[in-house]
Amino acid sequence: MTDILMPALSPTMEEGTLAKWHVKVGDTIRSGDVIAEIETDKATMEVEAVDEGVVEAILVPEGTEEVKVNTAIARLAGEGGAAAPAKAAPEPEAAVDPNPQPASRAEAKGDPVRAAAAAPAAPAVALKDPELPEGVNLVKVTVRDALRDAMAEEMRANPDVFLMGEEVAQYQGAYKVSRGLLDEFGPKRVIDTPITEHGFAGIGVGAAMAGLKPIVEFMTFNFAMQAIDHIINSAAKTLYMSGGQIKTSIVFRGPNGAAARVGAQHSQDYGAWYAHVPGLKVLAPYDAADAKGLLKAAIRDPNPVVFLEHEMLYGQEFDVPEGIDWVVPIGKAKVRREGTGVTLVAYSRMVGFCLQAAEVLAADGIEAEVVDLRTLRPMDIGTVVESVKKTNRLVTVEEGWGPMGVGAEVCAKVTELAFDYLDAPPLRVCQEDVPLPYAANLELLSMPSVERIVAAAKAVSYRG
Amino acid sequence: MARAQTGTAGRRKANGAEGQGKAPATVAATKEDLLEYYRQMLLIRRFEERAGQLYGMGLIGGFCHLYIGQEAIAVGCEAAKRPGDQMITGYRDHGHMLVCGMDPREVMAELTGRSGGSSKGKGGSMHMFSTEAAFYGGHGIVGAQVSLGTGLAFANAYRGDGKVCFAYYGDGAANQGQVYESFNMAQVWKLPVVYCIENNEYAMGTAIDRSSSETKLHKRGISFNIPGEEVDGMDVLAVKAAAERAAEHCRSGKGPYILELKTYRYRGHSMSDPAKYRTREEVDEVRKTRDPIDHIEDLLEKNGWADEATMKAIDADVKRIVADAAEFARTSPEPDPSELYTDVYTEA
Ligand SMILES: Cc1ncc(C[n+]2csc(CCOP(=O)(O)OP(=O)(O)O)c2C)c(N)n1
Ligand SMILES: [Mg+2]
Repeated sequence: MTDILMPALSPTMEEGTLAKWHVKVGDTIRSGDVIAEIETDKATMEVEAVDEGVVEAILVPEGTEEVKVNTAIARLAGEGGAAAPAKAAPEPEAAVDPNPQPASRAEAKGDPVRAAAAAPAAPAVALKDPELPEGVNLVKVTVRDALRDAMAEEMRANPDVFLMGEEVAQYQGAYKVSRGLLDEFGPKRVIDTPITEHGFAGIGVGAAMAGLKPIVEFMTFNFAMQAIDHIINSAAKTLYMSGGQIKTSIVFRGPNGAAARVGAQHSQDYGAWYAHVPGLKVLAPYDAADAKGLLKAAIRDPNPVVFLEHEMLYGQEFDVPEGIDWVVPIGKAKVRREGTGVTLVAYSRMVGFCLQAAEVLAADGIEAEVVDLRTLRPMDIGTVVESVKKTNRLVTVEEGWGPMGVGAEVCAKVTELAFDYLDAPPLRVCQEDVPLPYAANLELLSMPSVERIVAAAKAVSYRG
Repeated sequence: MARAQTGTAGRRKANGAEGQGKAPATVAATKEDLLEYYRQMLLIRRFEERAGQLYGMGLIGGFCHLYIGQEAIAVGCEAAKRPGDQMITGYRDHGHMLVCGMDPREVMAELTGRSGGSSKGKGGSMHMFSTEAAFYGGHGIVGAQVSLGTGLAFANAYRGDGKVCFAYYGDGAANQGQVYESFNMAQVWKLPVVYCIENNEYAMGTAIDRSSSETKLHKRGISFNIPGEEVDGMDVLAVKAAAERAAEHCRSGKGPYILELKTYRYRGHSMSDPAKYRTREEVDEVRKTRDPIDHIEDLLEKNGWADEATMKAIDADVKRIVADAAEFARTSPEPDPSELYTDVYTEA
């Protein structure tokens, strides 16, 4: 006798609806048979049998909601009785908010341990965006949809804009960022490529040389390493080498940085890599409004732009202005929280970590100012310097490795431009100087965390 | 066992192998051989089913690519390998690890990221290795293993040690440029590498005919003068026979050889792929008519070798091994925090 248990779609799924039974009492089931369908608010999945035998009892009738994970839902009269405890293997079906192939549990609901740190932080002092017009209506939009909207708006406005990449069309994007674009713009402008990053990046750059405006999606930036020669040698340098004749207006975009538990080859922050290169502009937004406004700016820009997104942010919702042509200028940082105690400088997902750290610090009487770089190249060091002049203390935070990193550049610039204002040597919070490990505990130790940011802020404040 | 319902006729019809007149679809094998292949394939399937389950319970994180449906390839090629021959593959690597003799406990514990895993929990599902078994991974970047495998073969040629490298990759990986750069050098330098293309018809959500101008991947070596053949990758004996021919070609100094092994993956690309790009019926049809495990059971039955006691014993044994591996993977401790900084560099 073997119990079939309610399976989880992801490690953080706690309950779901037992939508449908495909078997009834008396049926013989084989391993691999679809025996039931389970729904959560996000997806439907088919439950496949692992153990074999005759269904002796259905313990949870179909239509039952809020069935807790690991509840016994059916009982098999087993063959040998020696069968190991059975559970159904999930085959998640991403109906609406898909978290498709790689995304998996990466987003905010990711790793249970990481989830706490990943939760979106509402800044205590919600600063108004300086670029936001008076009276504009704000709506909640996920970063994922904000990016899609940006592409759709620019594609509507300019027939030269097109999107190419792996799984961007029929599959709607590996992370569903391009959802709906194939329907609206057709296969001429939303193009599925084979798995040939070096080739299609080069094709994109060539098309840009001919005056088109490609958006090249990399499924993740880890795979853009296959194509980095074209991004740097072909896209970044050609304007200069041609004495200003050949322009390449192209956007290379995709998720960058570590998701959750996907191991060393799939978890890397390329901010410093691309920001090193003259001829490229490099953007790394945090919230949905910046994601949308900066992507629109990137598409319009006549230069090659590397646009670094973050898988863990895709599902997070933020306010986005509605009904206006929302374009955020490239090259301007944003103060996301004001404070006089310490300056925290970050980009992309780490901005959220800094905002959370600022809350913790505030409880300890340290008011942190959080500067979101948004653009890594050209870097708005002026905003950072102004902040440091006020706080006299600096901590930089990035997901990438420390040596030769974005934080290193910020620290160098600040010591150059505001040396006399510093009351303590600046500190960098980065990924540990190792390839990202898979094991949950090691991964956690390796990544920047709210705690480490707090500790660094206290250290430069000579506190605790 | 309740999997007697399949017949061979449909399977033969559906497998699509062209045969090219090289060899019959199946070749003679002893009872012991067949039972061993059956055991290995069943082990992979049960292991993967359990891995899927542990993923559902949150014990396995990140990406987890199951090998269910493709078992005959790893098992058939392994049967053709000689001691010392190397193997390298992509992220869909659990089956390859199991057939080359690695302890299922270590494989499962790597999936759960525990210290008992083959990479001490530091690699994960996509990155497993065993120098002992000459298994060189476990690679997450699509296509990388093809050049790396060619490099392993380069070392074999350099040393003249008679070893052959089996480099496995998918139909999607077959489009990466480095594959063709490798083909060229492998043939120019006559490197002993068997390119084993596991053509399961899809690369994530992309059916092969949407991404490939020539979908007969065994022909991809023509302009490099590398021989290739299409093989029924659901028939373990056909795989073994083809792999033996290929390895022999390599060992005799003639250079690389391409096997296009026609197969199918039953599950989504990874655990989180809803697989909307194909129908349930398509999957069910393959399971019903081409299943590699059903096929070997049929062979055993036809030869009168499938006596109930033996089959039951194998099933029970496999179940026990998998349950034990899962238990080990659940209880093996997480790696010690000091492991974070080890293995970045090695000492001379
Ligand atoms: C260079 C690179 N590009 C993209 C990916 C993402 N990716 C992982 S597996 C995969 C599909 C590969 O399909 P195939 O080669 O047919 O192997 P299968 O998964 O079918 O075994 C893709 C696109 C990757 N890992 N590496
Ligand atoms: Mg494939």
